[in-house]
Amino acid sequence: MAKYIARRLLWMLVVLFIISIVTFVLMRSVPGGPFSREKPLPAATLAILNEKYNLDATLLEQYMSYVGDIALPTIKENKKKFNTAEDYLITIPLPAMFGENQALKWINFGPTYKSRSRSVNDIFRENLPISFQLGVAALVIAMALGMPLGVLSALKRNSFYDYLGMGTALLGVSVPVIITAPLLQYFFGVQLKILPVTGWGNIQNMILPSLALGFVNSAIIARLTRASLLQVLGEDYIRTARAKGLPERVVIVLHALKNSLIPVITILGPLFAALVTGTFVVETIFGIPGLGRYFVTSITGRDYPVIMGTILLYAFMLVVMNLVVDIAYAWLDPRIRFD
Amino acid sequence: MAAVQQTASGNIANIKELQKGESLWMESWRRLRRNRAAVIGGVIILLNIFMALFAAQLAPYPYDRQTLADNGAVPRWVTQIFPSMIPKDDGGYVNISDKYMLGADALGRDLWSRIIHGAQVSLLVAFVGPTVSILVGLLVGLLAGYFGGVADNLLMRLVDIMYAFPTLLLIILLMTFFRTSFSNPEPGTFTYTLGQLDQATGGVLLIFIGIGLTSWMQMARLVRGQVLSIREQEYIQAAHAIGANTPKIMFGHILPNILGPLIVAETLTIPTYISYEAFLSFIGLGVNAPRPSWGGMIAEGARGITSYPNQAIFPAVALFLIMFAFNFLGDGLRDALDPRMRGRD
Repeated sequence: MAKYIARRLLWMLVVLFIISIVTFVLMRSVPGGPFSREKPLPAATLAILNEKYNLDATLLEQYMSYVGDIALPTIKENKKKFNTAEDYLITIPLPAMFGENQALKWINFGPTYKSRSRSVNDIFRENLPISFQLGVAALVIAMALGMPLGVLSALKRNSFYDYLGMGTALLGVSVPVIITAPLLQYFFGVQLKILPVTGWGNIQNMILPSLALGFVNSAIIARLTRASLLQVLGEDYIRTARAKGLPERVVIVLHALKNSLIPVITILGPLFAALVTGTFVVETIFGIPGLGRYFVTSITGRDYPVIMGTILLYAFMLVVMNLVVDIAYAWLDPRIRFD
Repeated sequence: MAAVQQTASGNIANIKELQKGESLWMESWRRLRRNRAAVIGGVIILLNIFMALFAAQLAPYPYDRQTLADNGAVPRWVTQIFPSMIPKDDGGYVNISDKYMLGADALGRDLWSRIIHGAQVSLLVAFVGPTVSILVGLLVGLLAGYFGGVADNLLMRLVDIMYAFPTLLLIILLMTFFRTSFSNPEPGTFTYTLGQLDQATGGVLLIFIGIGLTSWMQMARLVRGQVLSIREQEYIQAAHAIGANTPKIMFGHILPNILGPLIVAETLTIPTYISYEAFLSFIGLGVNAPRPSWGGMIAEGARGITSYPNQAIFPAVALFLIMFAFNFLGDGLRDALDPRMRGRD
């Protein structure tokens, strides 16, 4: 098991490394730069800006220094003054034997070109928690709606409840958030006036966006839960459990449900990563200051460190979640063994 | 009980079909026609195709004609279903005009005409998106599954890496790359030709490429899995034994036998492609203005949702109907082509 996890972690690093190269190359192939304007900046200004952000170095040097700032811990002077280019996520002050006021610093995603006082780490610190709250709320809604619906449909297969449940689920997968969001806004915000249309900050603000996000995903979860529970219910060990006289409730809850969770968990992993890193559409429509809006503005504004940062962050969460899912597999299904 | 009877009568029907010597496809077609939801889905799709083909004739106005004086104008019935829209004569802010069936947008363009034209984009994506993804996925999956070994390992690791890429971000990045690189290249180069083609299609071509490049992985995995299981079958060994060459075995013997699951998988992902396009248009990287797309219309409408809900909700209904139709048809197709899966999901 430990060997398996070690191998996976190593592969994770390789994947992230390749993604960073591909993104870097693709991003730098897009014509225009962060300081391109309709009316070009004076050459001297541009030269200073390029030097400040190290954009006058060769692409290879830029890439190496970018990756180095993230991956390699360095020992630097612990300055009091905040500097966007030297904003490290992890700062550990070192004892005096390493010299005057030195600290071990690690993970610097660089500055953002669009603001003189913020770094990409600032964006992560301030905007990621908002997306995280929204994502967790949406995931809770998706599971709370989807799993019972799927279980009910599977247990009452081909009954009225099944058709109703699966009809609702089909409806759910057919409405992407760009449909549900305006509809919810209109009916609850404009027509009934019981919830705010846009904004962020309190519980009322969270309800509509997390519903919009959760609904689509609850449908996916419901369909998957139903399919997998039906399959498990047909297995021999369920017949054995029933034959030895266990109450139906025990058979369903202890034997069937636990095993039918496995496919559902596969999808929860990537879903969680996607929800947490912010869903651009929902955040735009509801005016939520999450991470999502940076996805598009950074790319259209050629804000290179922000592009790299958001893509790497998302990819990191995705690979970590997939690993977590695979480990959860082994825990849920003893037949699965890693070697 | 009902299920038992159904299988019993199904068996009898099967025997009769066998006696008539009906092909597998005819049998599937018959099963599909019996599925009411799938038929409704199919009819909605056919109506949309009709709408898209004859958009110019069906639309009462050109999709880009602006009558600024009529901005936000709606016929009276719209104010009745959206009570928050109070007409000007009752002291509100909404222009009433019966010229427009569903109202006009913020620039005074007829919503209905734009919805009709928007069907073209959604349907094109619905049919070309899967084609691109099938072509790439089929190639990768066949190569990996058939040759195995190093090729399989490399290709599947590629798929793994692509999976870890955040799809939407990659599409946005690719689309920005395409849109800016192909906007004014040198005449005579390949990018120029591609840019011209894209211009001619109103920006749809690059959307296909963007979506196609980022959504072939699932197909590749599916194809590989299917090939792996079929490669070991006796008839493939027989084909080898009589000296059939590799392309012949791949495309003549393996491909036809994995086509069913592939079609089902792709039909079920069509709604995803439609929503990708809607998303791209929503963030302004989709079709070129003034060509309408439902996603773009929803984005424009959502900005004024409190005052003019009709501008977002009508295109949203159109988008919903086509997604619903494709989901229905996809479910029906799966049941029809693979009866073992019936009622499983």
